[in-house]
Amino acid sequence: MISVGTIAENILSNHTGKEVKAGEIVIVPVDYMMSQDGTTPLTIKAFKEMNGESVFDPSRYAIVIDHNAPSPIEAVSNIHKEMRAFAKDTGARLYDVGEGVCHVLVPESGEALPGSVIIGADSHTTTYGALNAFSTGVGSTDLAAALVSGKTWMKVPSTIKMQYDGELPVGVYSKDIALRMCGRLTANGATYKALEICGDAIDSLSVEARMTISNLAVETGAKVGLMRCDAKVKKYLEGRAKRKFKGVDADEDATYERVVEEDVSKLSPQIACPPDVDNVVPIEKVLGKEIDQVYIGTCTNGRIEDLKIAASILDGEKVDKDVRLIVAPASREVMLTAIECEVIEKLIKAGAAVTTPSCGPCVGTCNGIPADEEVVLSTANRNFKGRMGNTKAPIYLSSPAVAAYSAIKGCIADPREVLE
Amino acid sequence: MKDLYGRAHKFSDNVNTDYIIAGKYKFKSLDMNDMAKHLMEDLRPGFYEEIEEGDFIVAGENFGMGSSREQAPLVIKAAGISAVVAKSFARIFYRNCINVGLPVIECDTDSIDEGDEIRVDLERGFVHNITKDKKIKATPMPPVMVKILNDGGLSEHFKKHGGFNLE
Repeated sequence: MISVGTIAENILSNHTGKEVKAGEIVIVPVDYMMSQDGTTPLTIKAFKEMNGESVFDPSRYAIVIDHNAPSPIEAVSNIHKEMRAFAKDTGARLYDVGEGVCHVLVPESGEALPGSVIIGADSHTTTYGALNAFSTGVGSTDLAAALVSGKTWMKVPSTIKMQYDGELPVGVYSKDIALRMCGRLTANGATYKALEICGDAIDSLSVEARMTISNLAVETGAKVGLMRCDAKVKKYLEGRAKRKFKGVDADEDATYERVVEEDVSKLSPQIACPPDVDNVVPIEKVLGKEIDQVYIGTCTNGRIEDLKIAASILDGEKVDKDVRLIVAPASREVMLTAIECEVIEKLIKAGAAVTTPSCGPCVGTCNGIPADEEVVLSTANRNFKGRMGNTKAPIYLSSPAVAAYSAIKGCIADPREVLE
Repeated sequence: MKDLYGRAHKFSDNVNTDYIIAGKYKFKSLDMNDMAKHLMEDLRPGFYEEIEEGDFIVAGENFGMGSSREQAPLVIKAAGISAVVAKSFARIFYRNCINVGLPVIECDTDSIDEGDEIRVDLERGFVHNITKDKKIKATPMPPVMVKILNDGGLSEHFKKHGGFNLE
């Protein structure tokens, strides 16, 4: 097929078998689907209301127990029980308590593939855009409709190209690019649009680090945060990919709504200040802000690279006596690797409380809800008022390096002081 | 589709899904009537008590940003709100509203104040501010969404047509 589109347009063209352009509404076949414990109960309800009898292809559906795991109360336990039964009935792949966070598990399992269309009943499903998947969050009813029919409807988005060039300075990471992106575009700067995230700076990142940026794409309102399928993506998928795939690129004369350029060589560590993800400042503006709790983990920054960075800073050091450091490796695979390479030992020796791979306090369900007036520094993706379960506890967001160094210092501190 | 009538409850820009219904509640219950008592609790304590059946939530830009939780439009509906009127909506929230049969109207809301008496004509796409005697034109909803909304949401649409019937 000859097409002259953006990555988003070309993936949707391939899936519909006709050349589609931004603005059109199309019904597209879905390659993979996911729901978690916050969204599965309503998915089951909608599935039954639609008189759904079976999932069109259960091998393409994952149910993940991660948002509230292990269950802290009986109501949640009952939800989990219902999810397990639904997985058994439909033949879907169940990821139970302790296996990890959905957006880390789906790529690990080789189901997030270049050129594919994925929907997840979780807003951060944009994460797999780093693997060149047209991947977006939907509600439970949309997901149920896809379970029944194998399809979903979409408005083909127009695209903003995010061009990142230059070499990242020491102590500055993909999370800083991502936060800066949220600050520049603002919380609704890309609503209903696709982001195409590219440039030398992106090429130089690992696939894991890229996922952090696609994860935060939704915080600009974007539908997808797409990147190219390069040699690193193919390498990441070696031995993992569950199906054959073919990367989809943009055509040279594709039409972009606008192009946003950034030279990352001038970037400082970035901090999102409460209570909005787009309230982003360079770290220099908030240095010395006292903190009570640090959380390292989540679908944004709970991967092995993130934990290795944190452990390298915390190695041989001690967490400040007035600070709690909670670390949740984002999956069992991450946890096991972190044990093998002594990352967990270093973290625990420094004073960290290491918890079950799950979303945990990021979403205010369990494992570390802050007290009134306590200040939290987290590597997560949201800092809304009450996000972590207490409206009186302000949340700052940062990279794992800033989080780890600040835990030692007892206040927001710049890791470039100790990184060479 | 008949006109909707009620009073405006005014909110600002970027009202997120954590404000609409906090994450800590969504995991505990599936009883929307029970959860509705916590609607906007962190933003405006006691809001649920202020609502009379048929009232509107009127907001600025990017209403419903954040999570994909469908509990957000469901609790708004369960609280007795007949529609949400805003300058713009977050993508997933907008879809979820249509899918669960909660009307959403996109228009300039600057001239609407707290407590204004409002009538919404979904069919012709305008908002009549009775208190201010002013008519505001709404952005037309895509035909696909009108079709799903007219069927009473996506579940009803599927039940009626056995799958997508939007083209």
